Amino acid sequence: MNLNVPTMSEMLAKGETPEILFWVGCAGSFDDRAKKITKALVKILNNCKVNFAVLGAEESCTGDPARRAGNEFTFQMQAMMNIQVLDGYQVKKIVTACPHCFNTLKNEYPELGGNYEVIHHTQLIQDLINTGKLSLEGNQTFNGKKITFHDPCYLGRANDVYEAPRALIERLDAELVEMKRCKTNGLCCGAGGAQMFKEAEKGNKEINLERTEDAIETAANIIATGCPFCNTMMTDGVKNFNKENEIVVMDVAELIANAAEL
Amino acid sequence: MWTILIFSAVTIFSFGLFSINMLKIRKNILLGRDIDRSDNRAERWKTMLLVAFGQKKMFSRPFVALLHLALYSAFVITQIELIEIMVDGFTGHHRVFYESLGSFYTFAISFIEVLSVLAFIATIIFLARRNLLKLPRLNMKELAGWPKKDANLILIMEIVLILCIFTMNGADEVLYGRGGSHVAFEKGHFGFAVSSWFGPLVFDGLTVETLRVLERIGWWGHLTMVFVFLNYLPYSKHLHILLAFPNTYFSNLNAKGKISNMEAVTQEVKLMMDPTADPYAATEPSDAVPQRFGAKDVNDLTWKNLLDAYSCTECGRCTSACPANQTGKLLSPRKIMMDTRDRLMEVGEGGLEDGKSLLGNYITEEEIWACTSCNACVQECPVNIDPLSIIIDLRRYLVMEESKMPTELTGMLTNIENNGAPWQFSQSDRLNWAQEES
Repeated sequence: MNLNVPTMSEMLAKGETPEILFWVGCAGSFDDRAKKITKALVKILNNCKVNFAVLGAEESCTGDPARRAGNEFTFQMQAMMNIQVLDGYQVKKIVTACPHCFNTLKNEYPELGGNYEVIHHTQLIQDLINTGKLSLEGNQTFNGKKITFHDPCYLGRANDVYEAPRALIERLDAELVEMKRCKTNGLCCGAGGAQMFKEAEKGNKEINLERTEDAIETAANIIATGCPFCNTMMTDGVKNFNKENEIVVMDVAELIANAAEL
Repeated sequence: MWTILIFSAVTIFSFGLFSINMLKIRKNILLGRDIDRSDNRAERWKTMLLVAFGQKKMFSRPFVALLHLALYSAFVITQIELIEIMVDGFTGHHRVFYESLGSFYTFAISFIEVLSVLAFIATIIFLARRNLLKLPRLNMKELAGWPKKDANLILIMEIVLILCIFTMNGADEVLYGRGGSHVAFEKGHFGFAVSSWFGPLVFDGLTVETLRVLERIGWWGHLTMVFVFLNYLPYSKHLHILLAFPNTYFSNLNAKGKISNMEAVTQEVKLMMDPTADPYAATEPSDAVPQRFGAKDVNDLTWKNLLDAYSCTECGRCTSACPANQTGKLLSPRKIMMDTRDRLMEVGEGGLEDGKSLLGNYITEEEIWACTSCNACVQECPVNIDPLSIIIDLRRYLVMEESKMPTELTGMLTNIENNGAPWQFSQSDRLNWAQEES
């Protein structure tokens, strides 16, 4: 299936304005695993005929890891440049599959003059289902499977989004099982605060292994996440315990795309 | 007459000393940078009522929350009895409200007594948790020495306080039964819920004279403990009983994921990006010392960070929820708060120019680089303390003032600056995924 991915500049050339901008993010653009999440989301958007566009080569890092690493200059340079691009295209609404981009665009850009309605892709998909644009009627793809949801810190605690991803999993022909630490008590995967880009400090365990153990304890077949970085950390964790044949790590968008047979 | 004089002197001295120490703490807190928390008053009152007064966040651990609630409500309600003690002390009366309030008096004191028994049980359990069960959260290395003693002292003082109440009421109850109480000339009984059986049980064999001495020991003991406690607060983690209220009122009401904006940087970045700006234009001459980027010492933090430090009661819920701490890293959010307070008290005494600083002498670089900014510590804190904002400000100082950071982060930042992504991929390849096989 060919993906239809219009860019903002193409739309502008045709004199059109998309309803929503899909902010792909660095992981979604470059990381091989995360690219699959990006494509799954595009399949859903295409299927539901959502009028969207991406920035393509005009997109740049939101600055999240720079700010959390303590470099406010780099963060603000990135933010101001992105705001110029976004405002240039008169963007009003943004969807993203990365909770870090989501948090930064939603909470940190307004103070620098960038005001947009920002939603996480699980919220958009939930809306598509609620408005009848996407149907999961009679889906059996995950029949008999147990799925546990790992809360990304920047979606959950940082922005209080706990229900949208769960509501989507509950639409599947599968059982949602919770880890002992979930929602507000959810344990971090270990990637946030720029940790993704450095070795962990000296300790006695990797954080992603501690978290993967929580997931293994639920006897789930699938660990669902809503963040490309959590996905990487949990996938590594599963591999570390040699469980890659029993447990797969998937983004909620991938679960939905599979269930809708897209 | 003498007792009234002694009482007045002790009371005035206690409140005076307490006020002086609290003013010192206020002065220390105001060493912090300004931050505006004057907005949204309705939301702030609501937060304070729910989190401090209603102890909402304590109830994520229900059993401990109930024990703590017993202690807290006993503490609050006992202040009613303290009012009577004050009036009696200044006027030389004995149980001045007994006659005028009638059966409500019996009810009020009984209520206090029941709560005090619950508080007594809670205190014993709390002592056991710390010293016998040795709960890991309450026995970490940052608590070695004074913090551990502080915690036990508070609990022991609470026990003494409660025992004084029951000695006072129990002895008076027996005295009344024999017609020897100062409330009335005839025999009678108060009918207090606990002392009406506790008193006869313990004090029955004693003479009227001994009972009167015991009753006075209880009365003065209670009063003395209250004053000792009051003046112990400014030196102790127990200050949270007062500061929990302002601290929750001034809570961060933004989404937890939002990190504070540095206005000074915004000005510079705007200037850099303004094509009409004249790079050679003379800036306004200013005598102001340029502000440090980020935080090296306590005066670089905001006053709310410093209020946070004084409000921390070292319960360690933050640290027990911290993913870095759980996996053996050096970081402990509780220690960040304790260090901030210790350094602030040191600065309050000896000033900032003592060659020491918060970062370096108290908090190490290894600690702050272990943080994942997951907000678990912020979520857990029962009085809305925010250790994460201190960690980020310390990182900002290291990176922007000293260019000190883990080497991989230098690479990550260079990539963002050069090609707009934390990895070395060309920005022009951002859309390549759309052409690849799915």
